[in-house]
Amino acid sequence: MPAPDSLGAATPASAAHGAGKGAQVTLAHGSGGRATAQLIADCFHRHWHNEWLAQNEDATRLPALTPGHVPVVATDLFTVTPLFFPGGDIGTLAVNGTVNDLAVRGATPRYLTVGVLLEEGFPIATLETIAKRMAAAAAAAGVAIVAGDTKVVERGKGDGLYLAVTGVGEAPVEPVWGAAAIRPGDRLLLSGPLGEHGIAILAARQAVPLETEIVSDCAPLVSLIAAMRATGAPIHAMRDLTRGGLAAAANELARAARVGMVIDEGAIPVHPAVAGACELLGIEPWHLTNEGKLLAFCPPESVEPLLAAMRAHPLGRQAAVIGTVVADPNAFVQMRTPFGGVRLLDWLHAEPLPRIC
Amino acid sequence: MCLAVPAEVVELLGEGQARVRIGATTQVVSTALLDEVAVGEYVIVHVGFALTKLDADEAAQTLALMAEWSEEVS
Amino acid sequence: MALRYLDEFRDPALAQSLARAIAAAVDPQRTYRFMEFCGGHTHAIARFGLPALLPSNLKLVHGPGCPVCVLPPGRIAQAVAIAEQPRVMLCTYGDVMRVPVRKGESLLAARARGADIRMVGSALEALKLAEANPDREVVFFAIGFETTTPPTAAAILAAEARSVKNFSVLCCHVLTPPAMRHILASGEEAAGVLLDGFIGPAHVSVVIGERPYTEFAHTHRKPVVIAGFEPLDLLQALLMLVRQVNQGRAEVENQYRRAVTFAGNRKAQQMIAEVFTLRPTFEWRGLGILPDSALAICSRYQQWDAERRFPLEPPAIPDHPACQCGAILRGQKEPRDCVLFATACTPEHPLGSCMVSSEGACAAYYHFGRFHEPVAPRKKEYHASA
Repeated sequence: MPAPDSLGAATPASAAHGAGKGAQVTLAHGSGGRATAQLIADCFHRHWHNEWLAQNEDATRLPALTPGHVPVVATDLFTVTPLFFPGGDIGTLAVNGTVNDLAVRGATPRYLTVGVLLEEGFPIATLETIAKRMAAAAAAAGVAIVAGDTKVVERGKGDGLYLAVTGVGEAPVEPVWGAAAIRPGDRLLLSGPLGEHGIAILAARQAVPLETEIVSDCAPLVSLIAAMRATGAPIHAMRDLTRGGLAAAANELARAARVGMVIDEGAIPVHPAVAGACELLGIEPWHLTNEGKLLAFCPPESVEPLLAAMRAHPLGRQAAVIGTVVADPNAFVQMRTPFGGVRLLDWLHAEPLPRIC
Repeated sequence: MCLAVPAEVVELLGEGQARVRIGATTQVVSTALLDEVAVGEYVIVHVGFALTKLDADEAAQTLALMAEWSEEVS
Repeated sequence: MALRYLDEFRDPALAQSLARAIAAAVDPQRTYRFMEFCGGHTHAIARFGLPALLPSNLKLVHGPGCPVCVLPPGRIAQAVAIAEQPRVMLCTYGDVMRVPVRKGESLLAARARGADIRMVGSALEALKLAEANPDREVVFFAIGFETTTPPTAAAILAAEARSVKNFSVLCCHVLTPPAMRHILASGEEAAGVLLDGFIGPAHVSVVIGERPYTEFAHTHRKPVVIAGFEPLDLLQALLMLVRQVNQGRAEVENQYRRAVTFAGNRKAQQMIAEVFTLRPTFEWRGLGILPDSALAICSRYQQWDAERRFPLEPPAIPDHPACQCGAILRGQKEPRDCVLFATACTPEHPLGSCMVSSEGACAAYYHFGRFHEPVAPRKKEYHASA
């Protein structure tokens, strides 16, 4: 059962329609019977409306693909604590995170399915709030929630709420954005400042005693990517930065593409508030989680048009070229410091912990 | 060995505590290791404690010396 | 918004010119070997990529000033054993959480098994937890050199003042000068490896002042320059060290004058003297047993001493026989000289002290500098070239 502070203070007041104030999820809600149907009606169908979900079957039939397109699918699990944090919540995160996975492969996201795993005792009013937030996020991202499932586990066997989201989109047959397309000489483009989600979560969890105004950068990247694609400039690959930050994304792609990279530390945008928090914690911003930033790889001639398109978009105002791909059989991601020194931008094994030393 | 950062004292909270600010982030720290401190002064913060006050004059002199030594080479 | 007292000391243009000044000052006919004692300096040097700015005949040798690195795994096992006692809530700094002890054991693993182990950023947080949970036994795992010791002293004094009975401290605080003495002694015994001077720790010196380093300058004839943490501080300190060596001087100089005074923080020193006493001997991972090098809680405050409340001996857990940490900590070898480096011994599976914490010599080199080496083909994590 989540501790009260992870929900209570930040949960907006919301009438639990038909469920009674203070009503909680019980095991009956997960049994597939009338209680389940009632929960689904009260929390989900009340807020998620579209012709596909309205089929109300165990599986949903979707329209045919746009000609010349292939289906693209992604799946993601969401276990964030606290469930509500400055700048977002687990539901919004789930929608945006999955949508972004599709969008960075060059797909237009279309449909989501949502699996909801609840812990016995979870407040129904909170569940409804999250469903409402997901509806809003889906509308903002241009996707529809078309199928779902709900299960309940015993008290103590879950962390309140887990979400599992699968997204389906469609992408043109050509070009294929991915590691295989990355070449030495390609440039790295970063859409904006690092670290906001990571610091917002650390502060919200009170894992560290710092007070900050930083909010999560949780956002759908769909329209930013569409604007980049509309320039017609070739794009080789894209990644949305999530856990592990820029360091993880760069290292993953370096290994997959069997190339090296050289990143210019001075060119990486970092929010000054994040920089200060990082100094206090002894963490570097490129290891922090983001939820609304992308890293793109493109040939040099694409840089100018892509940067212009990114900077014209609200999510890309601080977009910057931050590095270059180089030939390197060891797939090291190097970083040039502002002092002319070079160091590795290494891939951490796990989340960075605040240090005293 | 010790991660310690310079931060500005923005509020004295009584009971041996102060709120300090680094950039736009603030934190409440203990002033138990200092004799006295005032708002506007800078301290070095380590594991939730202010370790010492930063001497602004010495800082300026250090920077000036660095600049002087740099010019000697150019 | 600029970070005051940080950004100015990171000015790249000044860094480049200080680097040029160092290059102009070094005597091309000799090598300069300076040890940066403090792990925070090791981390800063690696993180900012400073070695690339230095002339090739100026070598930086990494010292043992990393409290997590020199903490014997037996002490962590002791902390785990205490954490598993009934009603105990163990509070610890983040740095120690992941350090592996024996196969699969660590504070994090113990927490996964159900022990109540909490990460705190301050000793006072642990004390507050004790006050908020009167039915629990809160134990604070206190590690660190002299920088981190006064906060622990303050927490114990506050526990006394506030009559907090369910709070105790597992004290593993260690001292800097005895370790420096040991390094110089082993250097003088071992043939060939000699240090030309020390970069003195920044924040240990904030507490202890300049005075304790005088013996190294006068008795051992080694220059010591106390340096701040920022790149410009380190570069200026290196220039000061080079000049001392060139001029045949051996003095204690203070580059970090904005924070370090000759006497140090007297109030902090008094609190340490009030609460702690010297342990006659203490085991340092990688260095062996050193005399008068660590602190225990004195008898006046024994009711807050976790070692008395929980008499559980720290087990002896030896390091891997091929581990070269001892030699590396003493500055006699480099990470690349160890056959285990980056093969069996990585940050994910550290076998010795230098790899366990991000500021240990091997971890710093692994995270920041290992691309300087050709990668051996037997390393599993890299694909063979197609």
